[in-house]
Formats: sequence, C-alpha cells, structure tokens
Amino acid sequence: MRSKVRVELPANLCLLAGVTREVQVSVEDPVTQRSLMDALEIAYPMLEGTIRDHTSKLRRPFIRFFACEEDCSHMPLDEPLPDTVAQGMEPFLIIGAIAGG
Amino acid sequence: MSQVRLLVGTRKGAFLLTSDGRRKDWSVSGPHFAGWEVYHLKGSPVDPNRIYASQTSGWFGQVVQRSDDGGLTWNAVGNKFLYEGEAGTHQWYDGTPHPWEFKRVWHIEPSLTCPDTLYAGAEDAALFHSTDGGNSWLELSGLRKHGTGPAWQPGAGGMCLHTILLDPTNPQRVFIAISAAGAFRTDDGGHTWKPINRGLHSLHIPNPTAEVGHCVHHIAMHPTRPDSLFMQKHWDVMRSDDAGDSWREISGNLPTDFGFVIDVHAHEPETLYVVPIKSDSEHFPIDGRLRVYRSRAGGDDWEPLTNGLPQSNCYVNVLRDAMAVDSLDSCGVYFGTTGGQVYGSNDSGDSWRAIVHDLPAVLSVEVQTLS
Repeated sequence: MRSKVRVELPANLCLLAGVTREVQVSVEDPVTQRSLMDALEIAYPMLEGTIRDHTSKLRRPFIRFFACEEDCSHMPLDEPLPDTVAQGMEPFLIIGAIAGG
Repeated sequence: MSQVRLLVGTRKGAFLLTSDGRRKDWSVSGPHFAGWEVYHLKGSPVDPNRIYASQTSGWFGQVVQRSDDGGLTWNAVGNKFLYEGEAGTHQWYDGTPHPWEFKRVWHIEPSLTCPDTLYAGAEDAALFHSTDGGNSWLELSGLRKHGTGPAWQPGAGGMCLHTILLDPTNPQRVFIAISAAGAFRTDDGGHTWKPINRGLHSLHIPNPTAEVGHCVHHIAMHPTRPDSLFMQKHWDVMRSDDAGDSWREISGNLPTDFGFVIDVHAHEPETLYVVPIKSDSEHFPIDGRLRVYRSRAGGDDWEPLTNGLPQSNCYVNVLRDAMAVDSLDSCGVYFGTTGGQVYGSNDSGDSWRAIVHDLPAVLSVEVQTLS
C-alpha cells in the first residue's frame, strides 16, 4: 500500500525544487519520517542532503519537523507518523529553525 | 565584439553582470538562488557556457549548481561531499582535536582542458574532484593525510580551502591554500602534497616560521609564469618565484599589509593589485578611503588607485575571492565589497566606477571574457 502525503517545504527548498509551498509524495506504508524522506528525495532529488545527512539520514541540525501542531523532530525515524498525515488530511511541515538575529 | 560577464556570489544569491568590450554599460541578471549564500561561481575556460556555482546555507547545507547555457538556466548536480576513509581530526580553536566535518564549498575551479572536470575547495579543509560535470565527487585525500592535517586549525572564517590554482604548463601540478594551515602543492595530480610555506612569518602563531599554521588569505598566479605566485597573507604580501618553495615579502610601501584579495594584470605578469585593509580587528580601509594598490614592479613599490572610488566614510571589506581581471586590452579589473558594490575598471585600474551599488554583501567575483 502507498499513501499520498502532503509536505510543506521552507521557501529556500521550494526555490531549489522549483515547486510551490506544498508538494504531494507517494509513500510506501507505513508512513514514517524515514519512508517519507526517502520518497521526497526520489521525487525531488535536488533535495537530497538539504534536509537530512546523506549518510546518517539524520535531520540536519537547523531543520525541524512538525505535524498536527506537534513538534515531531525528535521522533524515532521509523515510528509511524500520525494517521492524519498518512491519510493526507494534515501536511507534514519541514521548517528551517528560527536562528540568528 | 567581445563581451564580458561577471559572476558575482553574494550572501543572498548570485548575480551575473554583462557588458560589451567597452565595459561601460552593464546589464544585471539575478538574484539566482535567492536567499542562499553563493560562495563562488566560475566558468569553464574550455566552454564558457558551462558555469558552476557553490550554493550553501547553514540550514540546508550544500548545493552545487551547473549551467550549460551561460547562466540562463541552472540544474542542481551532486552535493555528496564525503571525506575518504576515517575522517580523523584537526585542531579546534582551543587546540583540542576536532573531527573533520563538511560544511560548504568555498571555491570551485574548473579544469583548463575539460568542461566536465573540476575541483572544489571545502570547509573543513579538503579538496574534492569531479570528472562528470559535478554529478559525483571524490576527495583527493592525500592532502589531508600527508601528515600535517591533524595540526591544522581554523581561522576566524572557518577552516576553509579557498584557493585552487592549476598550472597551465603542467597538469599534474596544483596549488591550494587553507586558512589557517597555509599553502600546499602537488606535483602528481593530487596524490601527494607538500606544504610550501618556507619564508612565511606569522607573529600570531606559536612558531612564527612553522611548516604549517599560516593564515594565507589568497594566492594569485599569471598563467604565463606559473612558478611566480603572489600571496596576500593575514598580514604581509608575499611572492615566490620557485613555485612556492620559498617566499619573500613584497609589502613595501603599502599603508597596511593586511588584506584579503590579490590579483595579477592579464597582460603584465609583474603588475599586481591588492586592497589594503586596516587590520585583523578592523576589516575596512584605512581612514574610510577605499584604495586599490597597484605595483607595476612585482611588489615592493605600490601606488594607490583612487579615481572613482569613495575617499571618505567607506568602511567595507573586500573578501578573498572578490577580485578578478578580464583579458581584454586594456585589462579590466573588478572587485566586490561587503557593502554590495561591484567596482570595475576598464583601464587597468587607472579609473573605477561602481557597476552596481546595492547588492547583498559580495563573497566572490569572477570574470569571463567572451569573444
């Protein structure tokens, strides 16, 4: 089974990928951070390395993930994301951390 | 009719400035990659339509862009920069060991003979090589692993490999420079390297004449005399006439020998340009007067060039990769400032004008002379 997941990208990555704020990607179930990022990078290969490390697959330090008004940046990579995200009812938000002055 | 294209990297994107051979009227294209830091862009000497750009961000990491149509359109190519084998450690600011971590590409140097071959100088200092147009990268790890690597230490701007010079007469010879490790040379295409810092004297390090540890800011070379190298060090302007085996100071009558850029006239191998900056703690011109200094004697004897440059209340900096020369006659000289101006001279530096006034802080300037 595959799910259609909505993903919101930060402005710099929208520019890089040539897309508007929200994209939709087809993700192999179960929908987790890892499977979602894998699918996103296949659909938009120019994003590889900009959200997570090439090798460790860990989130870059100044990237944060939100879904359903919850910070899920520290969720285990293979833990299923909320059903509403997997069902495309809520977007998965990729945010550039507010840092600097 | 000849054409000149400036490739300008800034804190918030890239800009392309083009003019005909008179170099009086300019058109501006950009920002490309808006919002991203563009540390450097450079065109292939073999195919001027092939341009590479280093696009980077503290949030989103490194992207390498490639254009095959002179900067009209761009495609992201490979950004997987992995240190070969065990990354190891270098020294941190406090002298403790610190793991090598890739941060960004400071400088891209396309091959002199093949548009698909290029080098990338990285922070933390390493040299990467691509032979497929930037799609994939391999580290030339002999540089980091030749022996002194664990003793290298970052400068204030990070531990960056910022200068890559290819010898036009010897494809096996490459010069590079790292802040704050010094200059290095390979004579076998990047397999083995040696430090070339004899004659440098740096008062701010424990051993002022150490083999490595010197904060080299930039090195320039004239393509017809690849054994003559000109260096702007943290302090001191230096030259070597034996491919870096030894250096001597040529600061001469400069008002200060601190600075970042240095370049060589396109047709006069003994005509040099620097922009003196007050000091390592005050990164702006002395007395708020922006002056390029030119030596027509290969150093030691310098003249200030002020015609068209602000001579009061100017407190900008000119960063290490932000000066370039074209190959027209008379030679065009260009530099960008942290205040967002790009100044150009179409008469070898005798007079200057601001091509643009209000770009984001300029990180790099390169020029392509197009026929």
